[in-house]
Amino acid sequence: MRSAVVHGVRPARARAALVTLMLALLLCAWWAPPATAAAAECVPDSETACISGRIRTAAGDPATGVRIVVEGQGFAGEATTDADGRWSVAVSEDGEYTVTLDTESLPPGETLRNPQDNPRTVTADVGASTAALFPLGSASSPSPGTSESPSDPGTTSPDPGVDVEPGAEDSSRPGAITFPRVAQQFTSGIIFGLLLALASVGLSLIYGTTGLSSFSHGEQVTLGALAAYVFAQLMDLPLLVAGILAVVVGALSGYAQDAGIWKPLRKRGMGPVQLMIITIGLSMALQYTFQFFFGGGRLRISIATPTSINVGGVIIAHQSLLSTAIAALALGGVAFFLQRTWTGRATRAVADNPALAAASGINVERIIRLVWIVGAGLAALGGVLIGLYFNVTSWNMGGTILLLMFAAVTLGGLGTAFGALVGSIVIGLVSEMSSLVIPSDLRYAGALVILILVLLVRPQGILGRAERIG
Amino acid sequence: MDWTSILANVAGELFHPVTAAYVIAAIGLNVHFGLTGLLNMGQAGFMLIGAYGFAITTLAGNSALTGFLVGMAAAVLFALLLGMPTLRLRGDYLAIVTIAAAEIVRLIGRSTSMTWLTGGNAGIAGDGFKNAFHATCLLPEGDTTVLFWTYSNCYSNSWWLRIVAWVLVALLCLLVWRLMRSPWGRVLKGIREDEDAVRSLGKSVYSYKMQSLILGGCMGALGGIVFVLPQAVQADSMGRPTTFFVWTLLLLGGAATVFGPVLGSMLLWSSLMLIKSVMRDVIPATVLRTEQIESFSFVVVGVTLMMLIIFRPQGILGDKKELSINVR
Repeated sequence: MRSAVVHGVRPARARAALVTLMLALLLCAWWAPPATAAAAECVPDSETACISGRIRTAAGDPATGVRIVVEGQGFAGEATTDADGRWSVAVSEDGEYTVTLDTESLPPGETLRNPQDNPRTVTADVGASTAALFPLGSASSPSPGTSESPSDPGTTSPDPGVDVEPGAEDSSRPGAITFPRVAQQFTSGIIFGLLLALASVGLSLIYGTTGLSSFSHGEQVTLGALAAYVFAQLMDLPLLVAGILAVVVGALSGYAQDAGIWKPLRKRGMGPVQLMIITIGLSMALQYTFQFFFGGGRLRISIATPTSINVGGVIIAHQSLLSTAIAALALGGVAFFLQRTWTGRATRAVADNPALAAASGINVERIIRLVWIVGAGLAALGGVLIGLYFNVTSWNMGGTILLLMFAAVTLGGLGTAFGALVGSIVIGLVSEMSSLVIPSDLRYAGALVILILVLLVRPQGILGRAERIG
Repeated sequence: MDWTSILANVAGELFHPVTAAYVIAAIGLNVHFGLTGLLNMGQAGFMLIGAYGFAITTLAGNSALTGFLVGMAAAVLFALLLGMPTLRLRGDYLAIVTIAAAEIVRLIGRSTSMTWLTGGNAGIAGDGFKNAFHATCLLPEGDTTVLFWTYSNCYSNSWWLRIVAWVLVALLCLLVWRLMRSPWGRVLKGIREDEDAVRSLGKSVYSYKMQSLILGGCMGALGGIVFVLPQAVQADSMGRPTTFFVWTLLLLGGAATVFGPVLGSMLLWSSLMLIKSVMRDVIPATVLRTEQIESFSFVVVGVTLMMLIIFRPQGILGDKKELSINVR
C-alpha cells in the first residue's frame, strides 16, 4: 500500500457537482417526456408485454385512482388509473394473467356493470398490448356514456396541451405513490435483497481472502440456475432435489476453479488487477458457453403455476416465501459459521491479514479453497432461488445482476460478509422501490447510481473500516 | 469450400469501418491504460455517449461537424463526471465505477422513458442520422468494386466511411506517438510507474489523470461515432462485451505501443471472421446452428483475454518491462 496522502482538488466541490449531475441525469430520464408520462407507462417491446385499459365512469368521465391488480406467471403487480382513467401493467412473460379491479377504489357511487367479470383473465403476448376492460355503470341499464373502447396503449397520443404543465404532473403520472404500492415494492425489495445477498456474500468473502474482484461470480449464479433447470426440467427430478444438486454442482465448480486456475496463478504471484482481467475473460467465456448450450431464450426452472397469498394487501407468491426462508436460513448458517466455528474465525483472520494468519498456524490455502467452495455454492443457491423468484432464467442472468452484487458488496464494505448482507438488502430495496418514482426499466440504474454516490461519500462502505483505498 | 469468398470476407474485415472504430476506441483505452495505468472498464460507455451525441444532433438537422463536436463535448462531460470522484481511488474501484457508469448510460439509453430522445430499446435507425455524414462525401455517387469488394461510394457502409475512418486512425496514431514522446506523455508514464515519485516532482497527479481520462474518452466517443455510421445506434450493441473486446484487442496488439491497437483490432476481427466462416462451411447446420458459431467466437475472445494476461501480458508488440499491470 502506498502512502496515505490523499490529494484532493476541492473534493467537496467536486462531490457536490457530481451529485448534482447524477441527479440531473436521473431527473432528465424521469421528468422530461410529457408524452410518455401522460400516456400509459408501459410500452411493449421485445421483452415486455402490456396489459392495459381505460376506465370511465358511468357518465363517461375518466375514473381516476382505481386500483388494478395483475397476477400470473409468477408475476404480481398493480396499477392505478391516471387522470385520463388509463392504467397499464408491464409483464415479461407470455401467458394468462388474472386482472382484478379493487372495487373499494372505485369513485363513490360507481359500480361495475358486469361484476361477474371481475376478476377476469387475459392473455398477454410479449411485444404487444392486451386490453382488460372493466365497464362501469349500473348492471341493469347500460348507460350510453359508458365507454368500452380500450385506449390502444400502443398508439396512445395524449391530448395536446394536457399534462404538460408541471402542476398537473403529479396527478397525471401513472401509479401515484400509494401505501399498498409502497408496501408491495418494499416486500419485493427485501426478498430480492436477501436472494442477492446469497450471491454477494461469496463475492465479498472471495475478495476478503484473496483480494480478487471476481467478475465471473455472476456466471456462478447462472450456473446454479441452469443446473437446476437441467435437473428439474430435462431430467425430471423433483424441484428440491434439483436445487440441492445445483448447489452441489456450484460448490464443485468453485473447488475446480480454485484448484485449476486461481491457486496456480496465485503461486505465480499475479497481482489483483491481472487476476481481475482474467475473471473478465473467464466471465465472457463462461457466459457464451452457456449461450452455446442453452441458447439465448428464456428457460423456466419450474413450470408449475405459482400460487400466492395476500398479506395485508401485499401479494407474495408461496414460492417466494419459501425462497426467502431458505435464503435466510443459509445466510444465518454462514453467519454462525463465521462467528462461532474455529474455521470461520480462521476465515475472518485470513480476510483480515493473510500473512499474520499464516504465521499463527492457519493453513491459508485451505481456507481460500473453502471460501471458493462455499462462495460458489451460495452463488448457485442464489441462482436457483432468483431463477424461481423471477420465474425465468437465461444464459446472461448472472451477468445482469453482477453489477448489483458489486454495488451491494461495495456498499457494505468490500470484504466483510455482513456488509455484503446489509448492502444487498439496501440495493434490493433501492432497485425495487425506485420504480415508484422512476421508470421501472431504470431501477437497476438507480442502484448503480447509489454505488457511485457511496464511493463518493463513504468509500469504505457502510460497515467497512476507514482505511485508505485511494 | 469456397476459399476465395472466405478469404475475401476475412480480408474485408481488415479494413472494415467497425474494425477501425475498435482501433480508435482502443487507442483511447491505450491512453488510459497503456500510458497512464487507469483501469477504465467503461470504454463502451464513452462510445455510446459519442454515438448518441452525434446521432441526436445530426438527426435534428445539424451538420456532421456539429454532431462530432457535440459527441466530443458529451464525452468530456462524462469523463469529468467519472473522474472527479474516482481518480483518487484505487485502481479496482475505478474499474467498478467505470463499468457501472457505462451500464447506467446503456440502461438510460434503452429505457422506454427515453424513447423520445434515444429511440429506447429500438435505438436510432440509420437512415436518419447518416445523411449528415453522407453530405460530406467527396466521392461521386454510385458503387465501386475494388478486387473482391463492392461497396457504395458514399452511403452507410461505404468507401468514403472507410477512407475517413482509417485516416482518423492514422492521425490518432501520429498523435499518440507524439504524445508518448512529449514531456506530458512522460509525466503520464511516470504516473503509471510510480505516482508518488511524480508527486514529489510537484506534478498534480490528479489533474494529469483527468486530462488522460478526457483525451482517451474523446477517442472512445469518436470510435463510437465511427462504430454506428455503418449501422444504427442501439444501446445494447455497446454494452459490457464491447468494452471487453476493446480490452482484448488492446492487450493482444500490445498496450503502451503506438500500433498495438491497430494490429490487435485487425487480427482479432479477421481471425474471428475466419473461424466463423470456416466453421459455417465445414460444420453442417444440423450439428451447429449459426447462433452457436457466434457464441463460440465470443468464447474464443474470452479465452484469448485470459491466455494473454496469463502468458503474454505485453501482447504482440509490447515490451514486458514497460507494462506492469498493478494496483495504483
